[in-house]
Amino acid sequence: MELYEFKAFELSQMLNKKQISSVDLVSSFVNRIKTVDDKLNSFITLCAESALKQAETVDRKRLKGETLSLLAGIPIGIKDNISVKDVRMTCGSKMLENYIAPYDATVVERLKNADSVIIGKMNMDEFAMGSSTQTSYFGACRNPYDISRVAGGSSGGCAAAVSADMIPFALGSDTGGSIRQPSSFCGTVGFKSTYGAVSRYGLTAFASSFDQVGPICKCVKDTAMLFDVIAGCDNRDSTSADKHYGICFANLCDDVRGLKIGVPWELFESISQPDVFTGFKKSLKVFQDLGAQILDITIENTKFALPAYYVISSAEASSNLARFDGVRYGYRADNCTDLNDMYIKSRSQGFGDECKRRIMLGTFVLSAGYYDAYYKKAVSAAKLIADSLNSLFEKVDIIAMPTSPETAFSVGDKLDNPVKMYQSDMFTIFANLAGVPAISVPCGADKIGLPIGLQLMANSFCEQTLLNAAFSFENAFDGIQKPRL
Amino acid sequence: MSQYHTVIGLETHAELNTKTKIYCGCKNEFGSSTNSNVCPVCLGLPGALPVLNKSVVEYAVRMGLALNCTINSVSRLDRKNYFYPDLPKAYQISQSYVPLCENGYVEFWYDGQVRTVHIERIHIEEDAGKLVHSDESADETYIDFNRCGVPLIEIVSKPDIESSGEAYAYLKALKAILSYLGICDCKMQEGSIRSDVNVSLNKHGEPLGTRCEMKNINSFSAVVRAIEYETKRQTQLLSDGEIIKQQTLRWDDIKGESFLMRTKENADDYRYFPEPDIPSAYISEQDIGKFSQTIPELPNVKMIRYISEYGIDSKEAEYIAFNQSIAQFFDECIKTQKHTPKKYCSWIMGELAKYLNASQKELSQTKLTVDVLNDLIDSVDENVISNSAAKTVFAVLLEKKISVKEIISELGLSQISDTNALEAIAKQVLSENEKSVSDYKNGKTNALGFLVGQCMKLSNNKANPVKMKEIILSLME
Repeated sequence: MELYEFKAFELSQMLNKKQISSVDLVSSFVNRIKTVDDKLNSFITLCAESALKQAETVDRKRLKGETLSLLAGIPIGIKDNISVKDVRMTCGSKMLENYIAPYDATVVERLKNADSVIIGKMNMDEFAMGSSTQTSYFGACRNPYDISRVAGGSSGGCAAAVSADMIPFALGSDTGGSIRQPSSFCGTVGFKSTYGAVSRYGLTAFASSFDQVGPICKCVKDTAMLFDVIAGCDNRDSTSADKHYGICFANLCDDVRGLKIGVPWELFESISQPDVFTGFKKSLKVFQDLGAQILDITIENTKFALPAYYVISSAEASSNLARFDGVRYGYRADNCTDLNDMYIKSRSQGFGDECKRRIMLGTFVLSAGYYDAYYKKAVSAAKLIADSLNSLFEKVDIIAMPTSPETAFSVGDKLDNPVKMYQSDMFTIFANLAGVPAISVPCGADKIGLPIGLQLMANSFCEQTLLNAAFSFENAFDGIQKPRL
Repeated sequence: MSQYHTVIGLETHAELNTKTKIYCGCKNEFGSSTNSNVCPVCLGLPGALPVLNKSVVEYAVRMGLALNCTINSVSRLDRKNYFYPDLPKAYQISQSYVPLCENGYVEFWYDGQVRTVHIERIHIEEDAGKLVHSDESADETYIDFNRCGVPLIEIVSKPDIESSGEAYAYLKALKAILSYLGICDCKMQEGSIRSDVNVSLNKHGEPLGTRCEMKNINSFSAVVRAIEYETKRQTQLLSDGEIIKQQTLRWDDIKGESFLMRTKENADDYRYFPEPDIPSAYISEQDIGKFSQTIPELPNVKMIRYISEYGIDSKEAEYIAFNQSIAQFFDECIKTQKHTPKKYCSWIMGELAKYLNASQKELSQTKLTVDVLNDLIDSVDENVISNSAAKTVFAVLLEKKISVKEIISELGLSQISDTNALEAIAKQVLSENEKSVSDYKNGKTNALGFLVGQCMKLSNNKANPVKMKEIILSLME
């Protein structure tokens, strides 16, 4: 077995026992990346040199007998919308093609403090807008299970690279499902925590009310291990919750007896792929066999979820992306006649179609005369849905549904039908609208072998319950085939 | 007189002098080298997030309390979206929907009476950077981001102001209040206080006319000029039978003219929406109570008191009231009840003001104390020294810590009231000025003044002038 095939917690043990060095590990992954990433395009920037240097430093520390964190010496991939000091951060856009981030995001700072080794910046939909990693200026990212198919998105690069053993784990970001949906497509575990559990400082904002940074891993154990390091209050993010984390990994517990799992059956009429529904029902059976209780539930006002999400997220995006104006950094068009012309040309040339679409949509719904009819209404609708979920969590511990209504679709699909693309998020956006934690774990494959994801959601700040449920499921479930590359 | 009534409302921005900026930890400091007080947050770099500086809320609430506003216990920040190179995020974090303070008023003395201007709202927001246009090329502009994120309060008045003079008095009152609260440097040349002006005209008894807003007004005197210009412009239009269109105008103070910036039809749509990066700001009743205890009697109120209770002239009342340390000194003097407020006022407005003005010093830089001033006035009242000698003593008291008694004896300024001594002086003067004596006897009464003057001179101004005069008269009989 090659080093790159191990899970992160296994690597952590091997490093700790000095069976391997971090330099060995990083070299193994760099070779793997150089061998397979041509097919997948999961990296935007590879930091092989600095990663090896960092690995040497960590190895030296370990030899000196220093007590190191579980993450020490293990490489990690960072989605390219998270700021890593002195490393280019493109956000998958021509707009930031040459932008070098001058500071570390809080999550990156915490990784560095844990002696984690940042190995590269991962491909993504432009400014995290998309569900397929096809809107990236640096080309589409492919699915390791079938390179004619998409990796999902927007954190497609993270999920594909973890799935293809190019990195043991990664940090993605999730605004409407951008961690969970690609995880579902690539057979990885993707975790979005409670809004406010992980600092957003240094994460390029898409929709500030929903954005969360989170782990994409090979298993639930790795997820808990990584989450423990990045979670917790940050005084640089005013929306950060005053909560302490750090013991989810140690407290992982394989026991779901008596756990109440709610299933909103009426949502699943829209699942077009029978395999997905079958896979989902099989997972429920696994839970039942483990002693969990399955309950029928109804989430109210679900039909408003998708429109509300797209109105609010686009409104916030239109404002968040306004700073990319060609004045201070990023792309600036040539041959501009005046200031306005510079704004128009730089933004027209620097942004791709999907960004422009959402900026225009967001600008529209915030405009005088439309604000009440769109933005305000969407906020009310989001509140209704959040209220409904919150009251459901008084009765159940977990809400279960498929992560995505389908498995990975073909590259090129849905690009000219944005609404169809937006529907990929129909099951994932609930957790963002309500701010609750949600996880996607592999739960099977469709008839051609593409992974299916099971999504579990829990009440706000009940990360441990959620991780325990996912952990129990993972232990009881046979797992899925690894991709063959 | 014009048949139109002028209606003015002011939107006044004041820079708060908190140690750090409103949404980041950068120093809030004027005059630092270009782009030195900047960080990812105030530069609007991708991923950076704002954190509201609590002192800004405190300062703004204190101003709200000073202007008798209702303080909203929950207030919200909103994004005001527009593109401009001095605004790095392309939105300003401001307050649109729920400002910190609302529905207040300020009273001040203007034109022989107490005037009241209502305050619509006070909200907090961030300042923008500064564009520096190149001297060498018309195509080059540089940006200094030091001012980005400097905290501002915007004080929006109701359209209660009726003249340029009243606008000036209102602004002076605001400035004095800001200065009393110590929340603004009030350095006009550094742009600490800036005001936009809204002007409309209507006929008496008719509803308000259409207003025009004027921007780019950089001083209080420019506010006066802009209002007068705009009043004239609108009066002319109305007399010509034209309609006033809602417009935003840019005031050019050098040319003394305003220029059209935009009309209502192409007004900016700022697309305000709640700032998702900053949760609502909560202020407890307890904090409001705590802040209100820090608010002293304010200069506008003091000025009104000085005029209406002590009968002090309005210019003098303003001079004293609007200078916090002088007002405090004055109030302390009055509290001793040794002399009349008018007496204290005359010393402050006379010798003290002259000295402070000439030396460019603050009262605190002098050695003057309430007790010393009282002793000095006593010495005059008790005929120990003459009025003119008292001025000499006062000059010393400002710079030296010394008792009035000591300085009088040190300078030998004690008044001579001894009859024998005064007679000796008078006899000498009369014998040396026989002509004047005979003039007086022949009915030229002003010769007496000359003779008294000569006596005073001979006595080095120490002679008691009243007694001196009596003795001269008795000797000439």
